[in-house]
Amino acid sequence: MPSINFIHPDQRSERIEATIGDSVMQVATGHGIDGIVAECGGNAMCATCHVYVDEGWLARLAAMSTEENELLDGVAAERRPNSRLSCQLRMTAELDGIVLSLPRTQHA
Amino acid sequence: MTQIPSLDLDPFSIEFFKNPHPVHEVLREAGPVVRLDKWNVYGVARYAEVHAVLNDPQTFCSSRGVGLSDFAKEKPWRPPSLILEADPPAHTRTRAVLNRVLSPSVMKQLRGTFVAAAEARVDKLLAKGSFDAIPDLAEAYPLSVFPDALGLKPEGRENLLPYAGLVFNAFGPPNKLRQDAIERSAPHQAYIAEQCQRENLAPGGFGACIHERVDAGDIMPAEAPLLVRSLLSAGLDTTVNGIGAAIYCLARFPDQWARLRNDPTLARNAFEEAVRFESPVQTFFRTTTRDVEIGGAAIGEGEKILMFLAAANRDPRRWDNPDQYDVTRRTSGHVGYGSGVHMCVGQLVARLEGESVLTALAKRVGSIEITGPATRRFNNTLRGLECLPVTIKAA
Repeated sequence: MPSINFIHPDQRSERIEATIGDSVMQVATGHGIDGIVAECGGNAMCATCHVYVDEGWLARLAAMSTEENELLDGVAAERRPNSRLSCQLRMTAELDGIVLSLPRTQHA
Repeated sequence: MTQIPSLDLDPFSIEFFKNPHPVHEVLREAGPVVRLDKWNVYGVARYAEVHAVLNDPQTFCSSRGVGLSDFAKEKPWRPPSLILEADPPAHTRTRAVLNRVLSPSVMKQLRGTFVAAAEARVDKLLAKGSFDAIPDLAEAYPLSVFPDALGLKPEGRENLLPYAGLVFNAFGPPNKLRQDAIERSAPHQAYIAEQCQRENLAPGGFGACIHERVDAGDIMPAEAPLLVRSLLSAGLDTTVNGIGAAIYCLARFPDQWARLRNDPTLARNAFEEAVRFESPVQTFFRTTTRDVEIGGAAIGEGEKILMFLAAANRDPRRWDNPDQYDVTRRTSGHVGYGSGVHMCVGQLVARLEGESVLTALAKRVGSIEITGPATRRFNNTLRGLECLPVTIKAA
């Protein structure tokens, strides 16, 4: 099982085992990670599952869609070049150990 | 093949609407799919099956209507919606337009206005002390922000709630609720058709933004009014019932009201939990496009499937203590707004309205007391109250 390292805003890190094929958002909400709200349940509507992807991993992710790019303009915390919506990130074996930082908020 | 249990009950009767929860339990426990003889349809009431049907639009289509009426066999009572009653790929194009008009970025711009209007409304009600929380708050607040955000003229807005009531009654079977609503519908339909036209929509509003997508080449000129109609149909009564549900919950469960007052940042989740708990939109139908299996049972092509969203939102297979209203619950995944490609396109507006009202209440109001009988308003699809007499006191 690949794992995900979530870094909370207070720098605390949390390592979670993920099922291949699940979205990062599903893994996070399934394990009660507080920093991922996911109001829309993974339908790419709400921009409340925002994460910052550790630079080393960014290039290994599937490219973002136009929809995700537009939704990221609406995130509550600052949008950065490494911002992604975790509902759009599918776990694969290659992403084992990926490091994702959680924004300080998902709501305005 | 698994036998499908037949149930002799009417999920569109006043008796059922008065207290649907015990019947929802019967529906869930009977099996993953049931036959409802009264209307010759199948029903799903467990979370897993409701979620699965919602997320397979190729098998369970919307273009044959999301009410009981099958558009392949009957003429729809109004021209079908280009979004609600459409399937991919046609749906994908119109949906993208509305997604953009109602996006998180747009909500950021509206937030200040919506919050200020909620604060002003609550201050007014505090001065009054005793009032009916349905007309004076659950209806008054959305009516004070949504039609303006859409860009509607001030005249004729009294048609909005009757029209929405009609739309949601019309998804039901040909019972008295539906027939009465359609009989009285002509003036409301005329008003709505008129307001959908470009010249009647103020610049900068949702309506004008939809028409601008014509200029961008995303939609045809004839499509824009119908997309505006979707917002007029589904954008108001739903939030009225959502806000009404939240106030009713907070007034009934003082421990949860205390938690919210203690931490007003819970307001958005408290609203979301009210949408799960009361499910203002109780049901929608889909139609099978092929022979299919649900929970090991065979269902033929062209069959109507009734999804009990409200029952799924209280399925103990999915939720801990499903019959408890808990403002700190992790609500992600509830189907109060549906799920999948048709999931409520206005959900961000609904949440912004709900959050604004509950934040204003939590910060300014000390107590909410129910002072008279809460009565139901009956509709084939919507669940909500007709009146909720309350007295509130300042914090």
